[in-house]
Amino acid sequence: MPTPEVHSESLPMVSAQGFPTRVPELVVISGKGGTGKTSVVASFAMLAENVVVADCDVDAADLHLVLEPRIFQTHTFVSGHGAVIRQGDCGASGTCQKVCRFGAVIERASTPGFVIDPLACEGCGVCVELCPSRAIDFEERVAGEWFSSTTRTGPMVHARLGIAAENSGKLVSTVRAEAKRVAGKNRSDIILIDGPPGIGCPVIAAITGVTGVLIVTEPTVSGAHDMGRVLELTAHFGIPAAVCVNRWDLNPESAERIEAHAREHGVAVVGRIRYDAAVTRAQVEGRTVVELGGAAAGDIRVVWDHVQRWLAG
Amino acid sequence: MIVAIASGKGGTGKTTVAVNLALSLSGDVQLLDCDVEAPNAHLFLRANPEGNDVIGIPVPDVDVDLCNQCGECSRLCQYNAIAVLGTGVVVFPELCHGCGGCTLVCPEKAISEVMRPIGVVEEARAGQLWLVQGRLNVGEALVPPLIRAVRAKKHDQGMVLVDAPPGTSCSMIAAVRGSDFVVLVTEPTPFGLNDLALAVETVRVLGIPHGVVINRAGSGDDGVKEYCDAEGLEILLEIPDDRRIAETYSRGLALVTNIPETRPLFASLAARLEALAPVGRGCRAEKGLPRAHA
Repeated sequence: MPTPEVHSESLPMVSAQGFPTRVPELVVISGKGGTGKTSVVASFAMLAENVVVADCDVDAADLHLVLEPRIFQTHTFVSGHGAVIRQGDCGASGTCQKVCRFGAVIERASTPGFVIDPLACEGCGVCVELCPSRAIDFEERVAGEWFSSTTRTGPMVHARLGIAAENSGKLVSTVRAEAKRVAGKNRSDIILIDGPPGIGCPVIAAITGVTGVLIVTEPTVSGAHDMGRVLELTAHFGIPAAVCVNRWDLNPESAERIEAHAREHGVAVVGRIRYDAAVTRAQVEGRTVVELGGAAAGDIRVVWDHVQRWLAG
Repeated sequence: MIVAIASGKGGTGKTTVAVNLALSLSGDVQLLDCDVEAPNAHLFLRANPEGNDVIGIPVPDVDVDLCNQCGECSRLCQYNAIAVLGTGVVVFPELCHGCGGCTLVCPEKAISEVMRPIGVVEEARAGQLWLVQGRLNVGEALVPPLIRAVRAKKHDQGMVLVDAPPGTSCSMIAAVRGSDFVVLVTEPTPFGLNDLALAVETVRVLGIPHGVVINRAGSGDDGVKEYCDAEGLEILLEIPDDRRIAETYSRGLALVTNIPETRPLFASLAARLEALAPVGRGCRAEKGLPRAHA
């Protein structure tokens, strides 16, 4: 597999031979949500040796429910600012409302004056700059927290984005940077990243510069449609991608079509996982699918073997 | 009346609920697909949304003849999208949020704005149903302005359904804000419960009335129901865990037109929501709803 040039940007480590090396990063994404990313990542974490796990689905993180991390450090994620009008100093000029492009300034109903809706404020600071009464403070925002933990599979880095917070991409980058640091220190063999759904800001932050992207999809029209968007994205950034169809037996023809589409785009197909009620049961029991066993667990083991070979290229 | 269909966790069935609810409501219905990273409602409506409504963000364009490199623009910019380097000013359009601050503070009036496209808004009509969808350009990171542009297409009369993106971050807020009611779709599993609780917290912050739809009911455990009981959340609908439903969905077909037993389920959800609509079925004033940038 070709090495993307972005690799040169990351901090080099020094291997036993004295050559700079870098711990490979595998990120699992899907485009469409709910295709089984987290169940697959949790199982891979059990199967992998010497692994660091990073949950980069920062606004709906679930991996901790299965891996049950013991948190040893909690870090506050401070990102950007928010405008706050000091009500006593507000001269009711209305300048803030006029200049705000995010609809974040609300006129007070009772007395003349304005307030900022923190959920709409994007922290641009234009109202702070232009208020004739200088009545607007610009406060640092706590946009979430992130955690350094240990689990039965080894180290884990995870996070929780604040409700309605912005900058999920920056939090994803923070989690990844910490995972890389830990992996470098421990001389880990691989970093496994549980990625977010979609193709926007947090997804771009999760896949930039990784060794490989595994796309877990499902044999549905939405799964196929959204996988197409993700393949465009990985091609756009020049990141190697592989595809795995989960619950393939729900619609075998659709699974075939998805795999054919992937191959046409030069994307590796690394196996299929069948529908198995044990996947939900594992989740309910707080275990990984491979710990519980069964048909899907066998499939996941095969996919993991293929993924390792693909990454080793 | 605007009803948003949202969830913390992805893949719980937001689009299934939005589409089948849309097909079960009487009168004019508008469906706004605000999941602009992965817009899927059109697949189930067999609609081909069209249109050339390119949505952009206004980004700075510096007139080098007027600029004296004073640096006021980069001092103000919170996103590091404009910088004075050496003898010139460099703009990083992909970092710009389009706040317009640099244009306003430039003492030399050297900055004007140009539109940088981030996606398109497309529309289709299927019977009494209007579909509006946003489609984000691949490689684009900034999503809320496009969602706000889709929201700005809402009709003032009849029922407006919003298919929201998953999660609880700025994209979900942009889609849900200003709605009269939020339907939170989840599944009866630990992941579903964890992410439902996050979504409930979010709509509570927004102060919007909400209820829960449990999809694939019977497949996991009782955690979601116990949570709804404890929190006093109304369970609006349970969609059974049924392989026929999964297969019908996989083929991109609406449930209510292909599995007759599902019709009464969505009809009762439609009736419940119609009962919530204010007299005249108008929209409540959208206090503070952000306007689109386009």
